[in-house]
Amino acid sequence: MSASFPLTRRKAGRFWIILACLLCLGGAVGLVLNALSSTIVFFMAPSQVLAHPPTPTRTIRLGGMVVAGSLHTGRASDDTPEARFDVTDGQAAVTVQYRGILPDLFREGQSVVALGRYDGHGFTASEVLAKHDETYMPKEVADALQKSGRWDPRFGPPPNAADWNSMTVPHPDTPPGPGAAP
Amino acid sequence: MTMLATIFCPEGGHFALALACALALMQGVLPLAGLRRTDSPLTALARPLALSQCLALLFAWTCLVTASLGNDFSLKLIAETSAINKPWAYKIAGLWGNHEGSLLLWVTLLSLWCAGLALLPGQSAARPEGLPLRLRARLLALLGLVGAGFQLFCLTTSNPFLRLWPVPADGMGMNPLLQDPGLAVHPPLLYSGYVGFAVPFAFAISALLDGRANALWARHMRPWVISAWALLTLGITLGSWWSYSVLGWGGYWFWDPVENAALIPWLTGTALLHSVLVVEKRNLLHVWCLLLAIATFAFSLSGTFLVRSGILNSVHAFANDPARGLFILGLLGLYGGGSLLLFAIRAPALPTPQAGFSPLSRESALLLNNILLCTLCAVVLTGTLYPPFMQLLFGRTLSVGKPFFDATTIPLTLPLLAVMGVSMALPWRQTRADRLLPRLAPALLITAGNILPAFWLFPTPLAALSALLALWVISAALCDLILRLRGLPEGSRQLHRLPRSLWAASLAHVGVGVTILGLCGMAGSQERLIEARPGTHATLTGRDWELTALTAHHGPNYEVVEAHLTIRHHDAHGPVLTELTPEIRLFPRQGQRTLHVAILHRPLEDLYAALGSVKEERDPQGQSHYSAILRLHENPLASWIWLGGIVMALGGGLHLLPSRRRPKPVEGELRSCR
Amino acid sequence: MPLTRRHLLAALPSLGAAGLGLGFIRMLHGLDRGQFDPRAINTPLTGQPVPEFPALSSLPGQAGLTREDFRTMTQPVLLSVWASWCLPCVEEIPFISQLAASLAAPRKKRDAPLALWGLCYKDQPASASRWLERAGQPFTRLGLDQDGQAAIEWGVTGVPEAFLIMPDPQVGGRIVWHGTGGLTEAVYQTRVVPHLEAAP
Repeated sequence: MSASFPLTRRKAGRFWIILACLLCLGGAVGLVLNALSSTIVFFMAPSQVLAHPPTPTRTIRLGGMVVAGSLHTGRASDDTPEARFDVTDGQAAVTVQYRGILPDLFREGQSVVALGRYDGHGFTASEVLAKHDETYMPKEVADALQKSGRWDPRFGPPPNAADWNSMTVPHPDTPPGPGAAP
Repeated sequence: MTMLATIFCPEGGHFALALACALALMQGVLPLAGLRRTDSPLTALARPLALSQCLALLFAWTCLVTASLGNDFSLKLIAETSAINKPWAYKIAGLWGNHEGSLLLWVTLLSLWCAGLALLPGQSAARPEGLPLRLRARLLALLGLVGAGFQLFCLTTSNPFLRLWPVPADGMGMNPLLQDPGLAVHPPLLYSGYVGFAVPFAFAISALLDGRANALWARHMRPWVISAWALLTLGITLGSWWSYSVLGWGGYWFWDPVENAALIPWLTGTALLHSVLVVEKRNLLHVWCLLLAIATFAFSLSGTFLVRSGILNSVHAFANDPARGLFILGLLGLYGGGSLLLFAIRAPALPTPQAGFSPLSRESALLLNNILLCTLCAVVLTGTLYPPFMQLLFGRTLSVGKPFFDATTIPLTLPLLAVMGVSMALPWRQTRADRLLPRLAPALLITAGNILPAFWLFPTPLAALSALLALWVISAALCDLILRLRGLPEGSRQLHRLPRSLWAASLAHVGVGVTILGLCGMAGSQERLIEARPGTHATLTGRDWELTALTAHHGPNYEVVEAHLTIRHHDAHGPVLTELTPEIRLFPRQGQRTLHVAILHRPLEDLYAALGSVKEERDPQGQSHYSAILRLHENPLASWIWLGGIVMALGGGLHLLPSRRRPKPVEGELRSCR
Repeated sequence: MPLTRRHLLAALPSLGAAGLGLGFIRMLHGLDRGQFDPRAINTPLTGQPVPEFPALSSLPGQAGLTREDFRTMTQPVLLSVWASWCLPCVEEIPFISQLAASLAAPRKKRDAPLALWGLCYKDQPASASRWLERAGQPFTRLGLDQDGQAAIEWGVTGVPEAFLIMPDPQVGGRIVWHGTGGLTEAVYQTRVVPHLEAAP
């Protein structure tokens, strides 16, 4: 009896330990799966957004180039700056609404990533990221542009807006012009 | 003199580094060879070798610093990161702001830890509780092997003493964002924490090699775990404070891979800190403790290096170089994988503990804490590694950010906090619920009494619940101290009579509570973005912020634009609370700009202003008007986040102070471990 | 069999670590070969005809660079994209000079006839000419791409980079290799020379 007592106590203790481990592990797996299905932010290019619109409650990262001449800034009644601009991947364009300060390096013809939701008509961004410095380009934008065979301008100041317009036209021999943006 | 320095410094440093590598290799091999016999003079070599290796590396640093101060651009490292007109302090601090320099810092810190271990008085007739000499030699040898590998890496692929030809006339300058005092101190602190976990790692390997992971072993190891943990805590705290006050994004933690890389070893290190206590007091959990010691060091290594190989896409990553990455991975495989393999072979043969866990005991609470901390760690690890593995396996690009980590870590942290409060009141071995409840009653009452205020003060129910649990942790730690004080015999109820470890643990737990309160407070931060001309007023939670003026002037190697803000209580006519001047600095040389946030730290909130940019507009009369884009924040309890971190580290530090009382003999076998 | 269970449990961490390690090796391997890169540099122009780009002037006394030059080329061209403000390009100087010298005076039969052309990306003419002097005027043709427009068309993602263009009368020059990094002896021998030897 005296010899078997510690063993049974050990067994009972082990039961609690295994139970606690299983509970924690199960909880964690559940949490991770749930979080992965609901909070993973997918990157989409404008043409993908238009072809397969995400559900309006889903946050996505929209990446592309700011169409030249599309930026309109204003100020809401409470002095918060507002901006509206089009983002394109060279095949389609999506209008983005944003309340807040655009990043310092936000420029037309420059790559941006906007974090927000698409409601079927326009994209409401909660965050807009422009490239940080001369050498940084959001990786997704580079990928998307390269997939569509466009230039990766992550380096140096951007080409001016008119040049970008001509780049967004699928055929290089189409004459560039102010109305060439999609 | 200068000529001599120019010629000597780079080569002298290079030579010192190579010498240190050779010494580290000897430190690794000779004592291990000596330890195979009972009494070999080789064993005694560990100590002098460790000290001389440390001296050689310090000499290498002296050379590098001299070269940097003397603008020796023939060194590639200095040409790429420094410039003639850089302030001298950043000529030094800039040395570890890049891959090569930070690696040299890493190996130097490791050698400093070795030197600390070597200088610590060992076991002797006068100090029977000291570290046994044979164990110390073995530890130094293992640390020497670790150091040798990384110094070899440093010499072959990331040599800070490489020359550049032709010598440029001036350096390329440093990223202005890195010109910040916080960032100058951050890497050394964080690295000393990372590297510090090498010592527990060596303890674990030593225990696996000779099959003795007992209570005495845990007692010798514990101070090293605590000191590494305290330094890592400080490093993470400082890094987070730097994000908050320098990056000017208004946040304090971004779940960036680099940040996670520090958090993961911190979580396992915290688990190790608690499990080593169980090994010491109850002679239980030692296999688990071994695994944690190995895992913590392996995560520290991956944290420092894998992030830099370019696999994880981080803002902070240095230029990626697959050759370096493979070398790093090789070292990781050698040290991490090798020790895990050793663990797989030797751990099952370790003696099984006879005692068990009863559900209501401190060891069970600590075990639960370990399970929760390791689950948290697994979750953070999953979130960090998910994007690269998804891209590798399925070619999908996605990002895992704050929403994921919030959704997974908060539900796991809440039970952890609940257990933390209970654990301090639980005795070792066993207790009954009717004995436990009276000990917890005061803290429970305090927490319950604050339910309504919490839900009223904090913006979301989740924040309120977390804040309540934080309060529970703090009050449980303090009430426990008071109860223990009253438990002392009449006449000696003085605070200093309580054991120091109790103070240390309470302090660390209070620190955790304070940090959590700060995080909950930040959940209710108020923010406004305004575009304003001088004279504009904005209101934010009952205060009036006025932009009084915009001014510009020149700094040493930059130009400054300042916005002068006056903050008044109530409204535009209220009494002045403070003035803030956020600024933008333009560095023409790098074509870069940095934000300098203005923060007023108050006990219950931070007032925080960032100047985004300044725009010039011309009216029809041709007159220029300037307007500034400003971001104004009111961050409740923000400074508590970092205050809590400092308190946690202080708790660790308090534990390390030499104690006046003799340690109690440990339970179980009292044989000295070799 | 409690012993085996303990062994299994103890082996789990190393198995997990091995899995992670394998993944990391694959990633690094991919990084090395450009299949996996978190900041991918893609080279979509490889195998494509030389793109249309605006005619580029050169420094005084040197031939410029136009699209037409690629239509009339008769020998393979190694086009190096560089800038004087880029430190890796400064490091590249010794190899470029050496290559230019060996091309100018072929000693061995194996030295394939190759022209070395340069594209100078966003640079001041004065500092570009200093760079060229230091390198010993290595390029037979040089385009100054001051606004970066031609580099865009070429799909340049950084300096230094290099292209190998083979004569192709049908499309007027075809890009067979695009190197995203500096030219070194190793890169030249392993990446460029095989193309030259494979050419008829």
